[in-house]
Amino acid sequence: MPSSVPHSASSLNAYNDLLATRRHFFSQCRVGLGAIALQQLLSDQALAKSVPTQVTNPLSPRPGHFPARAKNVIFLFMAGGPSQFDLFDRKPKLMELDGQPAPESFFPKDKSFAFIGKGAKLLGSSRKFQRYGECGMELSELVPHMGQVADDLCWMKGMQTDVFNHGPAKLFMNTGFQVPGRPSMGSWVTYGLGSESQDLPGFVVLQSGPRGPRAGNALWSSGFLPTSFQGVPFRGVGDPILNLRNPQNITPNQQRQFVDLVGQLNRIRFDTTGDTEIVTRINAYEMAYRMQSSAPDLMNTSSEPVNVLERYGAKVGENSFANNCLLARRLIERGVRFVQLYHTDWDDHGGPGANLGAPFVQRCLEVDRPAAALIHDLKQNGLLDETIVVFGGEFGRTPMGELREGIAGRDHHINAFTMWAAGGGFRAGHIHGQTDELGYHVTEGAMHVHDLHATLLHLLGFDHEKLTYRFQGRDFRLTDVHGKVQHTLLT
Amino acid sequence: MLKRVALLISLALASQATAQQPVNFNRDVRRILSDKCYACHGPDQRHRQAELRLDVRDSAVETRDGRAAITPEHPETSELMARIESQDPDTRMPPPDQGKQLTEREIETLRTWISQGAPYAEHWSFLKVGEVPLPTVKTPSAVRNGIDTFVVQRLEEHGLTPSPEADKSTLIRRLYLDLVGLLPPPEDVTEFLLDHRSTAYNELVERLLKSPHYGERWGRHWLDQARYADSNGYTIDGERFMWPYRDWVIKALNLDMPFDQFTIEQLAGDLLPHPTREQILATGFHRNTLINQEGGTDPEQFRIETVMDRVSTTGAVWMGLTVACAQCHTHKFDPISQREYYQMLAFFNHGADVNNVGPTIDVHPGELFADSVDLDRLTELQRASNDVDQLESQRIERQRAWEATQLAHTLPRQAPETLAWTTLKISQAKGESATFKTLPDDSVIATPGVPREIYVIETVPLPAGTTVASIQLRVMPDESLPQHGPGLASNGNFVLTALEAYLGDERLSLVSASASRAPVTHPAIALIDDNPGTAWKSEVDTSSTDDSQREYTAWVSPANPVTTNGRPLKFLLKHELNNDYNIGRLQLSISSVPVDAGSDVGFMSALRTPTDKRTKEQEQILTAAFASVDTVWKEAKARVERFRTELQLGPAVKSMVMQELPSRRATYLLTRGDFLQPDREGGTIEPDVFQILPKMDPVQSPDRPTRLDLARWLVRADNPLTPRVTVNRMWMHYFGRGLVETENDFGSQGSPPTHPELLDWLASQFIAESWSQKAIHRLIVTSATYRQSSYHRAELEAIDPLNLLLARQNRVRLDAEIVRDVALVASGKFNPTIGGPSVQPPQPEGVYSFTQNRKEWRVATGDDRYRRAMYTKFYRSAPYPTLTTFDSPDFQSVCTRRARSNTPLQALTLSNDEAMYEFAQGFADRILANIPEASDKDRTDDGIRLAYLVAYARPPNRPELNTARDFLQQQQWNAAATELTATQKAAWTALARALINTDEFITRE
Repeated sequence: MPSSVPHSASSLNAYNDLLATRRHFFSQCRVGLGAIALQQLLSDQALAKSVPTQVTNPLSPRPGHFPARAKNVIFLFMAGGPSQFDLFDRKPKLMELDGQPAPESFFPKDKSFAFIGKGAKLLGSSRKFQRYGECGMELSELVPHMGQVADDLCWMKGMQTDVFNHGPAKLFMNTGFQVPGRPSMGSWVTYGLGSESQDLPGFVVLQSGPRGPRAGNALWSSGFLPTSFQGVPFRGVGDPILNLRNPQNITPNQQRQFVDLVGQLNRIRFDTTGDTEIVTRINAYEMAYRMQSSAPDLMNTSSEPVNVLERYGAKVGENSFANNCLLARRLIERGVRFVQLYHTDWDDHGGPGANLGAPFVQRCLEVDRPAAALIHDLKQNGLLDETIVVFGGEFGRTPMGELREGIAGRDHHINAFTMWAAGGGFRAGHIHGQTDELGYHVTEGAMHVHDLHATLLHLLGFDHEKLTYRFQGRDFRLTDVHGKVQHTLLT
Repeated sequence: MLKRVALLISLALASQATAQQPVNFNRDVRRILSDKCYACHGPDQRHRQAELRLDVRDSAVETRDGRAAITPEHPETSELMARIESQDPDTRMPPPDQGKQLTEREIETLRTWISQGAPYAEHWSFLKVGEVPLPTVKTPSAVRNGIDTFVVQRLEEHGLTPSPEADKSTLIRRLYLDLVGLLPPPEDVTEFLLDHRSTAYNELVERLLKSPHYGERWGRHWLDQARYADSNGYTIDGERFMWPYRDWVIKALNLDMPFDQFTIEQLAGDLLPHPTREQILATGFHRNTLINQEGGTDPEQFRIETVMDRVSTTGAVWMGLTVACAQCHTHKFDPISQREYYQMLAFFNHGADVNNVGPTIDVHPGELFADSVDLDRLTELQRASNDVDQLESQRIERQRAWEATQLAHTLPRQAPETLAWTTLKISQAKGESATFKTLPDDSVIATPGVPREIYVIETVPLPAGTTVASIQLRVMPDESLPQHGPGLASNGNFVLTALEAYLGDERLSLVSASASRAPVTHPAIALIDDNPGTAWKSEVDTSSTDDSQREYTAWVSPANPVTTNGRPLKFLLKHELNNDYNIGRLQLSISSVPVDAGSDVGFMSALRTPTDKRTKEQEQILTAAFASVDTVWKEAKARVERFRTELQLGPAVKSMVMQELPSRRATYLLTRGDFLQPDREGGTIEPDVFQILPKMDPVQSPDRPTRLDLARWLVRADNPLTPRVTVNRMWMHYFGRGLVETENDFGSQGSPPTHPELLDWLASQFIAESWSQKAIHRLIVTSATYRQSSYHRAELEAIDPLNLLLARQNRVRLDAEIVRDVALVASGKFNPTIGGPSVQPPQPEGVYSFTQNRKEWRVATGDDRYRRAMYTKFYRSAPYPTLTTFDSPDFQSVCTRRARSNTPLQALTLSNDEAMYEFAQGFADRILANIPEASDKDRTDDGIRLAYLVAYARPPNRPELNTARDFLQQQQWNAAATELTATQKAAWTALARALINTDEFITRE
């Protein structure tokens, strides 16, 4: 039996056709023959020749609609929604009007905020800002390392989203829909491109911070896409996943023989039933087997040079955003298509434990250095050209303050916030979009979440309107019926 | 080709009609308006634009400024058409920046609909469940029962035929997995395969419906909805004991408790008249909500969270509605206003629990299950338990009545100092090891003895005719005692927990007790309350040199004066609370007159104080006194204990239950759902149900309906949602998909039913069968539709890829628990015990790397390793990994439908998990035990056949047999070997391991 799958490229369509043909063949035969005789026939055939590779491996790499600028994505998801005012969007006017009541116009009839209402006061940032790089991006004192790579990043200051609650907004940023059950970005991308890695999942999720992100595994779900494309959560330390080791006394050779047998029996069953879920399962066993050796190797960050570890601020064996950034690079090196890092919790509404003072500073300390190190490292290794790195949360924060127990924070804001992207065809050192003097609205260069999705897919070689999957009689897309590719952001 | 397109379209369900066909509002139009228009022109007043509603026909056809949005029969003059077809971005609807453009087809549908008069219809799920006649079909031979007529008729419409019946092996395995969640034993399979009677299938169905494992299988589905778990949730996530509720569910399902009763007891069992223990236990349903144990949390905040969770759970489970949307604003798509949401919340706003354990009920392991204990004895136990509960619930009234009789007691009572006391002569005084010395005044002095001594003191027989109406115990100082006593403790104190008096062998019932001095926390009444945890004690002031300050005297009286008739008095003095605090010196006396202490700590003075003026201590004294004489209650309790001992029931746990506060909380609308922003100006909100649904008729207090009224309303025969939602979920478990795919959204955003008439027919059957769930199970599993083969068919793939028309069965991957259960059954180690405390089978290291605190996981060593997975202790923050890997929910909130993924992690779990490997070994042992004869040349094939029978309920086909044989050979299995070496065993373990790792093993075919 084949122990590894050839990296033959086949288009998505060909893959689907093959599946269909396979199903068709077996089903057609069933119609004409008695069940017993047929079972015999099919099984013997299945023994004689293995099922085509393309059928058994839905993750085999394939090209998109047109030549791609980027191959991989690393999405640094800042769960909770960091305050752009205290990091990326300096607003002198807002600082000046600090403590003044917010204008009436901030509370139009048709708009509401998660917590604050009329009477909320403007909150200027107390952070010092400084210009960085040739692009002259103004950044706060809390993200000095990002400043060092400012010229490598494409700054998107006009981000907009639709929803102001965490769960729905996270789902929206990940799937283009507010409700659970749709495929996430990572799933769409691996569905479209497959994965270069034959021994790790195509879509890996890492997590750091005190708790997992709200909305949980719906964020990396494959929705109605085949489950082969769903994100696989990895632990940041030790065995990244449970049950990675063989049972006691089972040698690697015995394990291989075992996996072969399971595959063989599954193939016989597929021949009988025609259910492609079995193909997915065959594939899952092959992948699982390969992961048993590749995953420990992946996690072994002690093999990294000391200066690299230091640059990230990563300590071997510690579960942290720093360590996860390093793992992200190692995953990409190993051909993983889409890596998503969640870091909690940026939801600084005010009050003890969740405000723009110590808790916010602490998050910045955890994130600033490793995120910048990742850019630096990818660049040095020549991976940045083909890898897109995205940084941002599900929404931004309000220019109005929110007081809880007398300690200030900010509420959720969907009209304007900042994200950045780098690599893979994004213009380096480019500042896109502007907000008004109080940072409430985007005045120029608006970029909706759907536009970000469309742009990312474009760089990966897809027409976002054509990357579809038919479900319940409708062709679904990541961008629903929206999204414009923002060409001005691209080189 | 045209036909195929038409079919695909109609299958799309949100389909569009052509001009020739009549447009159906519910099927064709509502979804378009709901998706694209209602957000601004729908039920939500706050976001409504231009005062236009398109969800209400009157508003849609109303003329404004000379134009109407919809002019029936005239799309050309309808503003709606003009707007949706406009090319001008300023007038186009929906506004281009909202990006909800209509497709060409949708525009055509609206045009046709308007030209046909724009008829509206109420949303299908809010309409009464109608009488549905069975349709006629062209091939009656394809029909086994009513279900099939609907399915076959649809298939015939599309020129399709159903699949043939699955083979018998598939059927028996399917039935076992669906009804009891276990593998069929090989003997049963063989018997079934050989049983050619036409009734064999139905008999099997009946047998399985009667199996106690049925309640486990279907109970697990229900527990998902009840969000049952063994921990409190949030970050601390401490352990809780809700398994008695879990067991209640299993039991109720096994008894086929009608679904209306099942509903009422869980939602409001506590409010039923004279509820039984089990009815109260049932209310644990809504106590499965989370409790946040973190320090500094506002209990009110989490109480509101809990109440909101109860609302959304009730909405999802019984009504199939996403009511939580209306928590913060009026529902944008369904006719549920924000106010109505809080009316629903007002039913649940009066619980006694406030982010804490709250009210509980004591439940013993095994108590609920009749088949593990003698049924009659258990019934008696339950009756006795009910007696105790009832007596306890009436305690105050009974105590007051007793107090009145005590007050009215005719005997005169006198202060002790005024009485003539006769000091008793002691014939024998002994302790467990303490010895006594008698002094001239007939007092005795004790040596230290052992800690917590019991003194037994016997007097000389008293002269005939002596009346004992009072007993005096003097605890006296002595120079020989530490600090001069009166106790033996180093500080001179004593702590006495009981004073019992016997005349001969007859114990005197002591009713009043008082003392010359006693701390308020340790009154003399403690001496006669039969409670080893309470005591009368001294508090010696060691700085005082006045030994009279060290004298403590207690007086007790029997219920009625007794006459000695020449018998001796005997006393037991117990020191059960503190080591070394035994009495040092004591003297006993009697009087023929009942004593009245006249002191504040005394029983009589408490009794004489009017109830509303009594101190807390006085009330405690009386309660304790009453408890000590409350023989009815004592006997009932003793009876319960006797039964429990006899039935070998373990120690009780406190299972959380619902209870209403005596006075209701005021319910306000919470602005944006924020508990800090109650809308007081809007006034209080009284409980009521959603307006779109039938009105409720509250029984007890029409103006203030309760949870009980809500529960009864939910299961009223005219409630359009409950029966539909319930049968739809049952259907979903059998076919992998409900007739309404969005089983938790029967609102306008949900998908319409694939077979609306079948859904209604099933719902009406459910009511006609008195809400018997087993009746519906029977109906479904005996249908030809259910019995079809699940094999894919090429012609279906093309036109009905999702198998919505049910021209075949679906292959369904087993639920997480069942994945483990079937491996366990294959291993032969399965422990079929039903219910009881949750267990802790082995789990891999590293489960807690993402939790705030590490949970104690004491790995079970005995039979508890082999219980069904549904009994595995479930920590919400760190669930048993095998379960979550196979998509078990985390039970943070209601789960009405599980996802089904198919991942490498599942492969790793099945192949490498310690427990799974242990099962593979057990499976191999089981096979080897059945093929012992080394001389048998068919030994290998026999083993493989048996393994297939166990795992798949079928014989292997030739390729499978060959493959397995080759594999065994590769693993150095030697059929001729007479000795079973490790290698030989390992070969079969490897095969067994592979067999429990195939897709078929974890799939219901």
